[in-house]
Amino acid sequence: MIKVEHLGKHFGKVKAVDDISFDVAEHENFVLLGTSGCGKTTTLKMINRLIEPTHGKIFINNKNILEQQPEVLRRGIGYVLQNNGLFPHYTIGENIAIVPQLLKWDDKKIQYRVSELLEKLHLSKDYLNVYPNELSGGQQQRVGLARALVANPPVLLMDEPFGALDNVTKAKIHAEFKALDELKRKTIIMVTHDVQEAFELGDRICLMDKGNIVQTGTPAELLFKPKNKFVREFLQEQRLQLEFRSLTLKDVKQELEGFHADQSVWSVMENLKIDSNNSASFENLMSAFYNYKKEQRHE
Amino acid sequence: MNDQQQTLWQFMQEQSDKLAAQTLEHIGLTFISLFLAVLVGLPLGILIARKRKLSGSVLGVAGVLQTIPSIALLGFMIPLLGIGPKPAIVALLLYALLPIIRNTYTGITGVDAAVKEAATAMGMSKWQILAKVELPLAMPVILAGIRTATVITVGVATLASYIAAGGLGEFIFGGISLNNTNMILAGAIPAALLAIIFDFLLSRVQNLNLKKINTATKVLPLILIVLASFYLIPSAYGSKLTAGFTPEFMGRQDGNLGLKSKYGLKIHTIVISDAVMYKAAYEKQLDVISGYSTDGRLKAYDLVVLKDDKGIFPPYYAAPIVRDESLKQFPELESTLNLLSGKINDTVMTELNYRTDYLHESPERVAKDFLISHNLWKPERGGKDGVVRIGSKIFGEQYILANMYSMLIKGYTDYDVSTKTGLGGTKICFDALTNNQIDFYPEYTGTGLLVILQPSIKTINLVETSKEKTYDYDKQEFESRYHIKWLQPIGFNNAYALMMRQKQAKDLHVNTITDLKNYLERK
Repeated sequence: MIKVEHLGKHFGKVKAVDDISFDVAEHENFVLLGTSGCGKTTTLKMINRLIEPTHGKIFINNKNILEQQPEVLRRGIGYVLQNNGLFPHYTIGENIAIVPQLLKWDDKKIQYRVSELLEKLHLSKDYLNVYPNELSGGQQQRVGLARALVANPPVLLMDEPFGALDNVTKAKIHAEFKALDELKRKTIIMVTHDVQEAFELGDRICLMDKGNIVQTGTPAELLFKPKNKFVREFLQEQRLQLEFRSLTLKDVKQELEGFHADQSVWSVMENLKIDSNNSASFENLMSAFYNYKKEQRHE
Repeated sequence: MNDQQQTLWQFMQEQSDKLAAQTLEHIGLTFISLFLAVLVGLPLGILIARKRKLSGSVLGVAGVLQTIPSIALLGFMIPLLGIGPKPAIVALLLYALLPIIRNTYTGITGVDAAVKEAATAMGMSKWQILAKVELPLAMPVILAGIRTATVITVGVATLASYIAAGGLGEFIFGGISLNNTNMILAGAIPAALLAIIFDFLLSRVQNLNLKKINTATKVLPLILIVLASFYLIPSAYGSKLTAGFTPEFMGRQDGNLGLKSKYGLKIHTIVISDAVMYKAAYEKQLDVISGYSTDGRLKAYDLVVLKDDKGIFPPYYAAPIVRDESLKQFPELESTLNLLSGKINDTVMTELNYRTDYLHESPERVAKDFLISHNLWKPERGGKDGVVRIGSKIFGEQYILANMYSMLIKGYTDYDVSTKTGLGGTKICFDALTNNQIDFYPEYTGTGLLVILQPSIKTINLVETSKEKTYDYDKQEFESRYHIKWLQPIGFNNAYALMMRQKQAKDLHVNTITDLKNYLERK
């Protein structure tokens, strides 16, 4: 659905993005991961033309976006920022309604859509008429998300969307994020420097360094088939947890009964912890997990 | 004090028509200028917020404009725009520009980058971002700029009366010239009140929340226009010729009042400052002006004095007036100052004035040349016996006289000299003298009589018939009332006079004030 070909952005002599290409499939959640300065945000901003590329092409639904009028293009792409970027002089209701206003929807349709989204994002209707500074950080971020989703854009770009939140709030929002049906129908490109977040939310991860892509693949591919030392070292610190997170029970063989095969090892472990009688199953799970890892290494 | 307040109140009641008219003019002048300044400054501020490279030069130019003294700026405007409201509005506009441009720039560049990025990313066009995001968020800062500009403009607008644009300055400067405290206060108090009221109202608008500010800013231009319309361009020309009189001349018995009562002269009159009056006459902005008979600009601008055939202008012989205490303190002072007595007649004084006012020679040089040619100049003795403080009013002739006296004192005595030249008017000069800020300054017999002593009409009619009577009366009264001594007259008579351009006077066959009156009455 989104195709990026030989994209590059140079600021003077500095190559913020050197030469990158990738494809994002429809309804995929594609994560651009890397340290600050690796070019991930620049890449993201070129997709809605907040930054104009130095060279390369970007296609969305086979249309070259560089030939479209930027304003029209942007109205069809949702955008979520780290610091939410809500208009301080607009109420929550007005903030969410910005894009529909630009698209000249009629008032009833806007009202209906705004209240629908508030409900889906667990925001009280009382917030409609308050200003952003009266809300907590987590609530503001939800409003930011609602604003990006309101016009039903097929594509969503997210720039460190949860970067400014504390860990507890972040975990809560991650859970909501995964559960939100609106997002399941979106093609999402998300930028983050948080490895955990990338592995939790991403279908595929694109690890970047110094303006280039180091490796693109599923979380499991990055973990178990790292292309080089950089990838291995980048993931080293949280390796075990990431492994638990990224493997499904299908992966660690089907010998474990009583669990849904698509669940990740991590979530099965969490369930097991609650149900303490199930210690036999926990051991089975662990041995299956290590067997899988061994096999991968020998391949 | 109570007595004075009552008379101020009485004065304001008496002059309530004029006061109301001037206040409205003042408000109008302020807000026309302000409105135009916003019209120019806001887009400029937006422009430099977009193209930051320009910001240095634009803010620099606006800053330089701000530092030009207001009178000078008004002076520059005359050759370009003449006199009256046009140059006044332009000058006020230029003064109001800096705070408006600077605050617009600061306000817009201060808008949170994340908010601007969000606006762009949602597909707003540049204009939509400006109108819906940048301007509303910058509005409190922009309003603060407009508020500053308003207060500045209300203040500077008092100077508009110098170039015949009206406003409360007419009372203020008229009052200073006429030694009339009530008149000064009648202009100054309303002007100060206007500044305070507008500042307060704008502060209220500024402190509204962001939502209400947006409504307020939609109403604000309307209010500005309504206030601006108070300024009815000073009344249409009522006669064939236009006269420009100084505020001082307007209020004096030996000025406009006398012209009306003794000659029955009816002429469309505007109030204008002495500094620009001659030039305005030369540039044909004015036809008749109230000048001084020894003014160098008379020669420079080819003007001719109309003969005062009914004798309403009393003699204005110049002589130094000195505090008695100073004469005691500096025993040699009197004889030194009298060295100049009888040495300068009208023609000589006009010539000297011409050299400073028109040829732009320095008053020092003109003074020294004169003293040398009359064998009066002596080298300095490096005075150690105390300092004599000389005052002078704010025009060329007085500067020359002050310089001559300074050189004489330094050359003939062991006193040193400090000069306080350019004191704004008779009142300021005289107050400086009575308050022991200066030791002496050159004064004119007519001014002493009519401005300072202000005796009854009967006395005036009695003493102003001859040069000697006026001088003697001044001398006697100053001594008994203020302990100030009139020394011997210098010789010339710098009387008030009506003047016209030589060519026009010839064409119209106007030689005397009566001729002028008859010409105006002919249909």
